Amino acid sequence: MKMKPLWALLALTSLPAVAQSRLNMTQGVTEVSNQVYDLHMIIFYICCVIGAIVFGLMFISIIRHRKSKNPKPANFHENVKVEIAWTIVPLLILAGMAVPATTTLIAMEDTADADVTVQITGSQWKWHYKYFENDVEYFSRLATQQEQINNQFEKGENYLLEVDRPLVIPTDRKVRFLVTSDDVIHSWWVPDFAVKKDANPGFINETWTRVDEPGIYRGQCAELCGKDHGFMPVVVIAKEPAEYEKWITEKEEEQRKAREREQELLAMEMSEDELMDLGEKIYNSTCSACHQANGQGVDGTFPALAGSGVAVDPEAKDKHIDTVVNGVTGTAMQAFGSQLSMRELAAVITYERNAWGNDTGDLIQAADINEVMNQ
Amino acid sequence: MSTVVEETHHDTHHDHKPSGIGRWLFTTNHKDIGSMYLWLSFTMFLVGGAMAMVIRAELFQPGLQLVEPQFFNQMTTVHGLVMIFGAVMPAFTGLANWMIPMMIGAPDMALPRMNNWSFWILPFAFMILLGSLFMEGGGPAFGWTAYAPLSTTYSSDSTALFVFSVHIMGISSIMSAINVIVTIMNMRAPGMNYMKMPLFVWTWFITAFLLIAVMPVLAGAVTMLLTDKYFGTSFFDAAGGGDPVMYQHIFWFFGHPEVYIMILPSFGIISAIIPAFARKRLFGYSSMVYATAAIALLSFLVWAHHMFTTGMPVFAELFFMYCTMLIAVPTGVKIFNWVATMWRGSMTFETPMLFALAFVILFTIGGFSGLMLAITPADFQYHDTYFVVAHFHYVLVTGAIFSIMAAAYYWLPKWTGHMYDSTLAKTHFWTSLISVNVLFFPMHFAGLAGMPRRIPDYATQFADINQIASIGGFAFGLSQLIFLWVAIKCVKGGEKAAAKPWEGAEGLEWTVPSPAPYHTFEKPPKVE
Amino acid sequence: MSEQRPDNSILVKRLLLTVAGMFAFGFALVPLYDVFCEVTGFNGRTSNEAAVYQQVEVDESRTVTVQFLTRNAKGIPWKFEPSIKQVKIHPGEVKVVNFLAGNPTSSNMIAQAIPSVAPAEASLYLNKVECFCFNQQPLAAGAETEMPMQFYLDPDIPDHITTFTLSYTLYDMTANTSAEAIAQLLKTE
Repeated sequence: MKMKPLWALLALTSLPAVAQSRLNMTQGVTEVSNQVYDLHMIIFYICCVIGAIVFGLMFISIIRHRKSKNPKPANFHENVKVEIAWTIVPLLILAGMAVPATTTLIAMEDTADADVTVQITGSQWKWHYKYFENDVEYFSRLATQQEQINNQFEKGENYLLEVDRPLVIPTDRKVRFLVTSDDVIHSWWVPDFAVKKDANPGFINETWTRVDEPGIYRGQCAELCGKDHGFMPVVVIAKEPAEYEKWITEKEEEQRKAREREQELLAMEMSEDELMDLGEKIYNSTCSACHQANGQGVDGTFPALAGSGVAVDPEAKDKHIDTVVNGVTGTAMQAFGSQLSMRELAAVITYERNAWGNDTGDLIQAADINEVMNQ
Repeated sequence: MSTVVEETHHDTHHDHKPSGIGRWLFTTNHKDIGSMYLWLSFTMFLVGGAMAMVIRAELFQPGLQLVEPQFFNQMTTVHGLVMIFGAVMPAFTGLANWMIPMMIGAPDMALPRMNNWSFWILPFAFMILLGSLFMEGGGPAFGWTAYAPLSTTYSSDSTALFVFSVHIMGISSIMSAINVIVTIMNMRAPGMNYMKMPLFVWTWFITAFLLIAVMPVLAGAVTMLLTDKYFGTSFFDAAGGGDPVMYQHIFWFFGHPEVYIMILPSFGIISAIIPAFARKRLFGYSSMVYATAAIALLSFLVWAHHMFTTGMPVFAELFFMYCTMLIAVPTGVKIFNWVATMWRGSMTFETPMLFALAFVILFTIGGFSGLMLAITPADFQYHDTYFVVAHFHYVLVTGAIFSIMAAAYYWLPKWTGHMYDSTLAKTHFWTSLISVNVLFFPMHFAGLAGMPRRIPDYATQFADINQIASIGGFAFGLSQLIFLWVAIKCVKGGEKAAAKPWEGAEGLEWTVPSPAPYHTFEKPPKVE
Repeated sequence: MSEQRPDNSILVKRLLLTVAGMFAFGFALVPLYDVFCEVTGFNGRTSNEAAVYQQVEVDESRTVTVQFLTRNAKGIPWKFEPSIKQVKIHPGEVKVVNFLAGNPTSSNMIAQAIPSVAPAEASLYLNKVECFCFNQQPLAAGAETEMPMQFYLDPDIPDHITTFTLSYTLYDMTANTSAEAIAQLLKTE
């Protein structure tokens, strides 16, 4: 029988496992998200009613007007009045739908009078957040362990929806987002805010939200952006305004101190063990996505580091540092000088020069990095 | 409708066909070319389906088990391209080739040699596209929509092969469209006025104009991708003064009419089958024609509803929202007309009718999700999620593909001279119907719950839904092997089919014997 | 074997012409899009030509806040930041804002700054008298510089625009330019 889709739906909603997973759009935590949810439900109900009428009539017809029940077919093949009616009535229903849709949309696009502004930059495959009013900026990367993705460890509760440094915003304040991209088109989406805006390279898009409830809200990149499109989530923590003030002041202080410490560390040396330990960590979280955990790279796309290239060439220390710090123009090799601290850079380059049997014996220190950066 | 007064039998004993491979390479016969298109389409349907099986297998569970993310992206991209340009469009072209000349009482298409070319460049195009998967760096992995700069600066050289194959497919479609228009305008039998033509002819007529209007724009768009990537232009590169969003405008100016190109012939098929099996004339013939034309015209005004999140100004968002909602009106008219055709008819439920009725219900469900997507503020939550995937698979699979299957069952007796095995056919129908819904209906929920599209791995709360969908996918894939069996079995033999095996069928094609002679209507029939 | 073949050539020619026309239309969409965006300001791009400042009535009754953002497109290691994060300006008033740029690498480079405005509507009312974004900017190895941007807002900028953001994305153009050309440009500075 043609009721299959409805039965499937009913069956689905009764399965205990499925009943746990959310089946409907979130109502979210903003006025806008609630309006969007209401709009979604109204349109859905209208569709259900129209569907019930149309499919109902079809089923009645299938039963009553089958050849065995109605051997002589009727003769009619037009009826102007009815045809006009079923053209006008849907038009009126649509006009009815269009009114709340229009008012919601106009409200959503009003970005004026923001309290906090955040610049959001998407890149392959992470987000960068920079607060406009305060001197705080950082990258936000997927924090889920590779072993969970490769099915070696059990998957955590927020599998693929966790990051190392979430965006923090105040509740009860209008927060304006300026969204752009460093490379390809990405899209910043937080379902609980009903905010989704494409990140177009070379252009800024603006959007805003005003969160009613403190909490942690998770979203994902919503525009295919390459290999790890599914692995660059968005996590936002909304704090009460006083707590947010405290947090942002702390962070500003922290980043200021970290910049000072960078300078101090220039004078410090690290041992081989320290370098290799930290280097391996950085390599796995930042470089292995392209160059692979075993340093073999991907044929034709990402060069191998194990046993090849600048990483094994004893004369190419500076070139190796330059490549990592400044990137390679016209390729996918990014400039990591602005993404990693000098300590981290020194460690990861040391690791690359000594792991996988490369064994150059070179130990790179923060001072070396500093020299190349300021040449 | 039309009735035949004078019958033309005198060419049946001249019914000799050339033989060997030369027959197929050099044929200018619309029936042969139609058959080749249909076999190409079925092959590509299975190829594209195999890629879907890879996708569903990887998505069966959270975590990466079977393929690397970049290969997964290649699968989704090529699955889309193959299904659109290799399965759906050639199937409709095959049906057009087989049926339009017979339906209007013409001996063949207007341009038979160009017809041969239209077909034969296609296998070549698909060898290029599928071959690109084996290149170093892999095949295209940017989605069938190929947004820049992912498809330009950040892609492998397979982009070039992608562009070439799309150009060839475009040329093929344009040539077919020209052929269809000239055939319908210039070769109708005397008395076959425009408003007497079967609706399948009308819908293909309008589709052909859409093809001529928009396929060249696609050619322009992908050419710009090629020059941006290799020849230093900056159409879509902000650094050179270009705009990546402009690509989306140009692409979707083609893209939206393209999806109507893929559904209007379906409307024509359903408008032939339901009256036949309800034994009742199509309700509101003229409205059906006008509604089809209205849909075609409106389809040019809605392209940016694929771009609501790109940062469009409010005024533009409202314009596209209203125009998109408007398309629901003529589409609704068609649905109502089909139901009115059923109403107080005298229905039997042979396989073509089963597929046609399933089409009406399930395409309407796809239409409802489309209406929901049209509402811009709500679309911000649906865009680029599995809600969209559910929508377009409902309209394309339970819509276009089901209509193609309905057409195949309807006309197989005419093409082969045999009745298909109806038990196998009904099995094919029921297994497809159940599995396709198990496959795609849950995707609505996945999207609403927040699952983006084009991802090879997902958060654990989407696991149950994906597992159910994957099971449906495997079942749907296997079910199509039944169809393959039915088709091959029917070609090889079966109960002898009458000239008109369906009691309520109307149209000139049922006045010639089954199988249809190699040449039909060499002398035009008289049409009342 | 039909008695009379209709003459299809006229129709075929017309249809082929239509195909060619639509292909041309696809390319025509490019300048059409540019013009449309220029007139409506829809994609937030600003003009590439220097505006000439005519003495206009400065509207002292209102202030518009203009925020400045910078972003380095992937692969360019330059320092690039505005000397001041935002300015308050009266419509009709001219202001200069300096942007700091630095090339920390060991080779001469050249870059292009691409502006973008949000809300896009504001771009219609922004007039730049002088901007480093009009041309590609060369920078010698290790050099730092200050790049001025002089602008004013149309006095008829709508009341509902009280704040807008001007963002520059910096792109590396070194690969597209010969070393000699860059050296030449540096000499003429």
